[in-house]
Amino acid sequence: MINAQVRPVAGATHEELVDEPLVVAYFLTALVFLSISMLAGFLMALQLVNWNPLRGVELLSPGRWRMVHTNAIAYGFLANAFLGALHWAIPRLTLKPVLDRRLSWFIYSAWQVVVLGTALGILLGPTLQANSSALAALPFSLGAQGVEWGETPVWIDPLALAGLALVAINFMPPIIRTGGPLYVTLWYFMAAFVWTFLTYAMGNFLPQYALAGTSAGAVGGLFIHDLVGLFVTPLGWGLMYYFVPIMLRKPMWSHGLSLVGFWGLAFFYPLNGIHHFLYTPIPMFLQSGAIISTIAVEMVVTTVLVNFFGTIWGSGRAVVTNLPIRWFYTGMVFYGITCLQCALQTTLTFQALIHFSDWVVGHAHLVMFGVFSMWLLGIMTYLFPRLWHTEWYSRELCEWHYWLSAVGLFVMAADLTLAGVFQGFYWASLQPWEDSVDGSMPFWIVRVFAGVAMMAGQGCFFWNLYQTWRVSRGALPAFASAPVAAAS
Amino acid sequence: MFESKSGVLLIGGVGFFVIAFLSNALVPALMYRHLPEATVTELVERNSNLKYQFEDLSHRYPEQFAKYYGEPTQENCAEALRLGRQTYVNEGCWHCHSQFIRPVSREEDRWGPVSKTEEYQNELQRPVMFGTRRVGPDLCREGGRHGNDWHAAHFFKPQLVSHHSPMPEYPWLFDGSPNEPNRRGLALITYIQWLGSWLESYPYYEEWEPISAKPAP
Repeated sequence: MINAQVRPVAGATHEELVDEPLVVAYFLTALVFLSISMLAGFLMALQLVNWNPLRGVELLSPGRWRMVHTNAIAYGFLANAFLGALHWAIPRLTLKPVLDRRLSWFIYSAWQVVVLGTALGILLGPTLQANSSALAALPFSLGAQGVEWGETPVWIDPLALAGLALVAINFMPPIIRTGGPLYVTLWYFMAAFVWTFLTYAMGNFLPQYALAGTSAGAVGGLFIHDLVGLFVTPLGWGLMYYFVPIMLRKPMWSHGLSLVGFWGLAFFYPLNGIHHFLYTPIPMFLQSGAIISTIAVEMVVTTVLVNFFGTIWGSGRAVVTNLPIRWFYTGMVFYGITCLQCALQTTLTFQALIHFSDWVVGHAHLVMFGVFSMWLLGIMTYLFPRLWHTEWYSRELCEWHYWLSAVGLFVMAADLTLAGVFQGFYWASLQPWEDSVDGSMPFWIVRVFAGVAMMAGQGCFFWNLYQTWRVSRGALPAFASAPVAAAS
Repeated sequence: MFESKSGVLLIGGVGFFVIAFLSNALVPALMYRHLPEATVTELVERNSNLKYQFEDLSHRYPEQFAKYYGEPTQENCAEALRLGRQTYVNEGCWHCHSQFIRPVSREEDRWGPVSKTEEYQNELQRPVMFGTRRVGPDLCREGGRHGNDWHAAHFFKPQLVSHHSPMPEYPWLFDGSPNEPNRRGLALITYIQWLGSWLESYPYYEEWEPISAKPAP
């Protein structure tokens, strides 16, 4: 039974530890931003194949919505979903509540101001400044900042940074008060709190105020990479080290490999950034260093994956019966593909061909959706029934959610990767630029439909969620549905 | 150490981040510390190509130019460059157009000289506009390749001059027609015409030879 698993734990009851409404609020907000991000991506996809029905409208400009697409996924979906999951995992793992529940809710509200401010700034900022001489006289732009993944307008950056500091202040006390050696999950979380803060500060302030030109490019590369490697990755893996053993009811296969994985990532990941700008005027020895570190990361990642597949060894049927486990391990397979891709595409040989092409876009989708969104959607699939104290309304819809997301994503990533190879050859063969655009069209059309499949998957999820909520409120009779996370 | 709070926080969290920052960000910053960072005013002063384009805008769109910028002076040109760059960033142009030429993939033949560090040491590259994607062509040698009227038509509706272009249209940079670029429109054209205008090779045209014209091997 669901309720039996949320039993009181030594010293404190579950209710004292976990602020359930807060977790729900974070998850639902995250899903709202996921929808916004997907619609924004859809708009850009339609534009590329010249099917965009909403042309020439300033506030619907695909260029601006393209930035909303990435920022909504990073700061709206991933950050909110991570915070929700952390509010579940950290108190239950340490058996101690976070510093202050009121602070938790304050952070929740403040973060939504940051995310909405970012979206509104990107969309409305330039328009407002063009139409008001008072705003035009401001010494800074109200709209996007010229840092990839850091388009957060400059006037929001300090607020976002303060929010990240508060997150660390709120979550660190239960971890600090835990005695003895810490479990793997907490290593990743603690490091992530430090890294996210430092990364955000570095990327959003240095290229804007302190450095120009090539050195700013180096910092920009570090920022792009660290945002994935030092904010999203450690939180994601930390949650995997927490949820996978719980669901499989057995410990991680090898603690030694956990150690190798964490310290390897911690050392090599921050050294990767410049690989985003190979063949630029950034000094060549720094580019070579970044390439070597990237290949080293791939080796470390292999140890992590071996550890997780060693853990599920013997319980393989769980990927059939247990949906969250299936989401997690699918994400890990995609993670393996992504990192193998990484080690190859970071070499100068590959870069010459595929840099600037859709290969990179495919890679980004594979990481952000195929891995981390998959994990978070799996965590939501696991936690919503526990938060609402009822089974899912329909296991069928959960299955549809999984299959449409996984297949849609796989088609999109494979399609864009292949498109990138074609584009690279078009460009290198010095054919007119227009030929590379015409040649990309079939791939871009496939991408539109892959995106539609992914959106349809989320549609199933939202409907299922709404019906489950109605069941939990007694508005709908419970449906005789198979449990989605059957004990293996 | 490897499983303790202080080890994770100080060595993993702070220490490794600092090592990476020093080696990957501070090193290039120190290497280039002797290269002066040009202000926009300096960029305008030494650039007769840009001056020509800015004056051409004032002749080609006299009413619009007078309304938004007055005379084609150096100060006004600097103002247009700054606003043009801001528009380039705000509209997300840099997500589909890069600004650097690599020494590989025959980019020198297509775009012109390979990018050098000095080209990026100026106020308009803060943050730097290298870019990571080319849906459309690279722009760092774009200045002078097309006339101002071509750019006006192109921003108003790209398909007017480039049939299969997937580029969105930007009618809000105009007061109703492609003949009436507004403050932002004139600024963006100025910015694009500035790109590469500092080079000997300006304006760069590739020597393009159709594949079909080549003798079969």
